[in-house]
Amino acid sequence: MTQTPEFEPQIVAFCCLHCAYAAADLAGGSRCGYPPSIKIIAVPCTGRVDSLHLVKALEDGADGVMVAGCLPGRCHFQTGNLYANQRVEHVRSLLKEIGLEADRVRMINVSAGMGVQFAERAKEMAETITALGPNPLRVRKAQVAPTDAAMEETN
Amino acid sequence: MIVAERKPLEAIVEMLKNDRKVLAVGCGTCVAVCFAGGKKEVEMLASSLRMTTRLKGEKLEVDETSVQRQCEVEYLEALDERVKDYDAIVSLGCGVGVQFLAERFPDKRIIPALDTKFMGGPTEAGVWEERCQGCGSCMLGETGGVCPISRCAKQLMNGPCGGSKHGHCEIDENIPCAWQLIWERMDKLGRIDELMEISSPKDWSTGRDGGPRRVVRDDLRLPEDEDI
Ligand code: SF4
Ligand code: SF4
Repeated sequence: MTQTPEFEPQIVAFCCLHCAYAAADLAGGSRCGYPPSIKIIAVPCTGRVDSLHLVKALEDGADGVMVAGCLPGRCHFQTGNLYANQRVEHVRSLLKEIGLEADRVRMINVSAGMGVQFAERAKEMAETITALGPNPLRVRKAQVAPTDAAMEETN
Repeated sequence: MIVAERKPLEAIVEMLKNDRKVLAVGCGTCVAVCFAGGKKEVEMLASSLRMTTRLKGEKLEVDETSVQRQCEVEYLEALDERVKDYDAIVSLGCGVGVQFLAERFPDKRIIPALDTKFMGGPTEAGVWEERCQGCGSCMLGETGGVCPISRCAKQLMNGPCGGSKHGHCEIDENIPCAWQLIWERMDKLGRIDELMEISSPKDWSTGRDGGPRRVVRDDLRLPEDEDI
């Protein structure tokens, strides 16, 4: 995949309010930086994150999607993070069917106190996505657009 | 309920290779509750189709909608105008829904997005099992409420066979032996003596062997014009 040096990935991170969101806050507060490409969306529990949210984010051009929930066994609602993990796995296999890299979607687990670890995981995610390059759908959309216009003309 | 499962994406894409604009139609009844063809699954399939074709550099426009039941024509009327804009309809209904769509829209190609599996229900979260094969002459009253037609691999009338092992069927150790279940149920009901009588062969003419079937209820039919 060709990759421009200035490629800065856009990563949507669904973060549980009870753990990862607080961890991200702590990371920021402790001046422990994480890549600006991580765009955080707070959710009351990762159990609220549907497979559809992950797929739609990619369809709409996100380069990667991260779901960040509590440590296994520590979910505020007991099993929300486990459901989220199953959905992430489901979407990863769906992405293969679609023809996108499964690694564009990933789940991480952190507690509210794990600011440093959140920053590390976020950095790893950004590295993975940078290595994968831009979401080809976004690139395609830009390429397909003029073709569309040409097709309209011929119609 | 009718239990179905989505076809591999590639198979659906292949069926759509000559189409430019399609409408994915979900069904809000059986296939919605088995998570194969409800509103959410339509959105997921439409998204997946748009993404996979865009990645291949092909142009396929996919819109989405859902009806309460594809197998009742009254619910399909709402689509009459809408379908005119599309080359094909991708149905996320069971095989019945697909056919009712095809009958309602004779000039449209209808693509099945699902494989219809069986009549059954969920036995635990994420697991569905077959329970009935529509034999047309239900014998559950004689078998303690356990169906030997759909649940016994050999559809035995007088089981179990010699392949019944520790309560499981010889074809798969995860499948309970239907006749073992029947025996246990009848034992609980104090009706074992009934199982000692040999059942005669089943009359399959009420099932598929009798050809396509039809149910007619004269009390529900609309009066003929001349009677009005
Ligand atoms: S006996 Fe026939 S009608 Fe009854 S559950 Fe079994 S297949 Fe269905
Ligand atoms: S083992 Fe049981 S379920 Fe399997 S074929 Fe024999 S009687 Fe039927």
